[in-house]
Amino acid sequence: MKQQIIVSGLGGQGALTLTRLLAEAAAAAGLPVITSETHGMAQRGGTVISMIKVGPFRGPLIPAGEADRGLFLHLKNLAVHRFYLREDAAVFINTALSGDYLSVDARSLAAAHGLPPVAANLILLGFAAGKGGLFAGPDLLAEMIAAKTPERFREASLKAFQAGLAAAA
Amino acid sequence: MTKTQQRILMGNEALGRGIVEAGVTMAASYPGTPASEILAAVVTFAKETGADLYAEWSVNEKVAFEVALANSMCGRRSAVSMKQVGLNVASDPFMRAAYLGVKGGLVVIAADDPGPHSSQTEQDSRFFAMFAKVPVLDPSSPREAKDMVAQALELSERYGLPVMVRPTTRVCHARQNVPCGPLLRLNRPARFDKDPRRWCATPVFVLSLHRELNDKIDKIAGAPEFAPQLTAGDGSYPGACVIASGVAFAHTGDWLEELGLLGRVDFFQVTMPYPLNRDFIHQVKIRYQQVLVIEETYPVIELQLADARVQGRTSGLVPREGELTPDVIRPVLESFLKLPARVVPVPAGGGDRPTLCAGCGHRAAFYAIKTAFPGGIFPSDIGCYTLGLNLGAVDTCHCMGAGISQAAGFYRAYAAGGGEFPTIVATIGDSTFFHAGVPALFNAVFHQARFILVILDNATTAMTGHQPTPQAGCTATGEAGHPVFIPDLVRASGAGFIKEADPYDLPAFMDLLRSADAYCRSPAGGVAVVIAKHPCLLDREARQGQPVYSMAVTEACTGCRHCLDDFECPALSLDETDGRVVIDGGRCVGCGVCVHVCPEGAITAAKEGRP
Ligand code: SF4
Ligand code: SF4
Repeated sequence: MKQQIIVSGLGGQGALTLTRLLAEAAAAAGLPVITSETHGMAQRGGTVISMIKVGPFRGPLIPAGEADRGLFLHLKNLAVHRFYLREDAAVFINTALSGDYLSVDARSLAAAHGLPPVAANLILLGFAAGKGGLFAGPDLLAEMIAAKTPERFREASLKAFQAGLAAAA
Repeated sequence: MTKTQQRILMGNEALGRGIVEAGVTMAASYPGTPASEILAAVVTFAKETGADLYAEWSVNEKVAFEVALANSMCGRRSAVSMKQVGLNVASDPFMRAAYLGVKGGLVVIAADDPGPHSSQTEQDSRFFAMFAKVPVLDPSSPREAKDMVAQALELSERYGLPVMVRPTTRVCHARQNVPCGPLLRLNRPARFDKDPRRWCATPVFVLSLHRELNDKIDKIAGAPEFAPQLTAGDGSYPGACVIASGVAFAHTGDWLEELGLLGRVDFFQVTMPYPLNRDFIHQVKIRYQQVLVIEETYPVIELQLADARVQGRTSGLVPREGELTPDVIRPVLESFLKLPARVVPVPAGGGDRPTLCAGCGHRAAFYAIKTAFPGGIFPSDIGCYTLGLNLGAVDTCHCMGAGISQAAGFYRAYAAGGGEFPTIVATIGDSTFFHAGVPALFNAVFHQARFILVILDNATTAMTGHQPTPQAGCTATGEAGHPVFIPDLVRASGAGFIKEADPYDLPAFMDLLRSADAYCRSPAGGVAVVIAKHPCLLDREARQGQPVYSMAVTEACTGCRHCLDDFECPALSLDETDGRVVIDGGRCVGCGVCVHVCPEGAITAAKEGRP
């Protein structure tokens, strides 16, 4: 099993949380994993990217044109980070606009469920998992969210993930 | 925990875990990307395992180094961590520690930032290690980084030398499954053996200490255990080898594997770039005609090979600057191994630049500064507030503490002509002020420079992840420290004008700045200090403690863009359909500051209770 995933967003949108959860899910599934994250100045609202490489890789970075999956927390990042994707990559985007990708309006969904805007990240994850697009299934991911989220955010996080799953159905 | 357990750890957490497992009893650091998370991980793992370990966020890297050094002089294992430019600050004790040596193992973690992503240079700490004659290990992954901490400490104790571990951003901020094992419990009580010829070596003794250092380095260069590791080829590429280190080794290995060349061409990993194994240097000379070296960021291995046949950063086959990402390495391998070129999609560029958070007190302070002094010069410093450059309120950013000394220098440069001098406003964050601002202020006051110093006090080290400052009175381990107050330090400098204010009240803050300027220009004037106090909004408690206004934009908005271009709150944007500004309710924190910014008075605030 080899799967290379990029998570693209703006600092503060929760790309790091998704990266961590995907890495934990890979480990729980007994798969080797290595990831790369953006820290520092760019986290203050700048464009950020995380990479998750599942399988026997040594380095944490994904070369241009090699990512199998793309999770975009903001539509405008597609233009910036599209070059990482393979031509046949599955792309999941948080947006109300449709295009040559799978879209979920995670921000409106969050509001509809009484969740804060930052919950859009887990809605997007639920959506991608629901579409069967990730190396890990919905059950394993939900288990990871339950196990790795601090108590006070746990319920809201699971709710967001389930909302994303439902949107994929 | 007694047996080994796999955990997903970030490189910096793996380093922290390595420090705790190796029996270190003291860890000191100053935060800086990409090294910031190391000390926090040390504290977490020490608590989790019950390790007896003292950890501190020191005021700067030099202090961190010296504190840890003394613990090592007492025979106890010690660790000090910092970003690469932090080593510049700690270079004084670092250089001498190589001569004087250590007792208990001392590992110096200097995290480099090829690219750079979050630094003012992309300097190579391995070069610094070579300059200091200190051995350095270069991990290619979080897992290796953790193992190398223990190896560095053993080596350090065996030869009585500090040893550096040099991770890079891509190791520090990579996450991987890492085996975590039991702790080494050394139980060494502090024992300092007085030895003035060594610990206070005067020049007469330094020469022989230098000789000892050279002997130690010679021995280490001859020791087989840190010799580069070979993945041998099958003879398909006779006389050729690829030599790599750090994360560039990992990315090169991934390419060789994908190309089906792993096991076909000789491929070395250099784990100790300095001192480079002597026998290896010799073997490379006699066995290979074509040699490719892939390393970040300066040609440290290349220089030690000292062989004109070597291709790499100096020959120009590898770009002479910048990070060695897979996309940079691939064409290098294609050229060296004579492979067909891969067609690669080209990055489109673009993306959003970072900006101060919505409601950040720094934005208010910067807006006030540039509005009050349109022709002013604004030297600044390093932290979140460097982003004031987006607002045109930061003209320089050099290195920690430089803004204050530059302000003094600017004043002298303009005053030399004897005419009018522009208003000079230096800005510095609270943590940076403790780090290197204090001596700069004392110097400026003593030499009667005339400028305004605005200390942006948000009660934390925000940029690097909210480490406490000495003023917060809380240590790295969460215990109470004896707080040191910024106003006390400023008073001690003798500055004749000291005022504190919250920049949220923009009109009052601007008035305060103008009176500070008047003080600077008065006959007996000098440095005027304004402490702009507003807590960082990422601190939940601080945020909950401030009033929240319910904001609206009225018909009076003309779409002039002043609030967008000159104030740049990320919650404000132009609605292209009606040409008016809109407020994004998801991002606006209701600070109310923008009310004072709109020249038309089109932004309104109504007081709202917290739900
Ligand atoms: S993290 Fe804090 S200090 Fe930094 S920009 Fe945001 S509010 Fe300002
Ligand atoms: S009140 Fe104005 S300045 Fe403050 S966060 Fe909202 S839009 Fe930004």
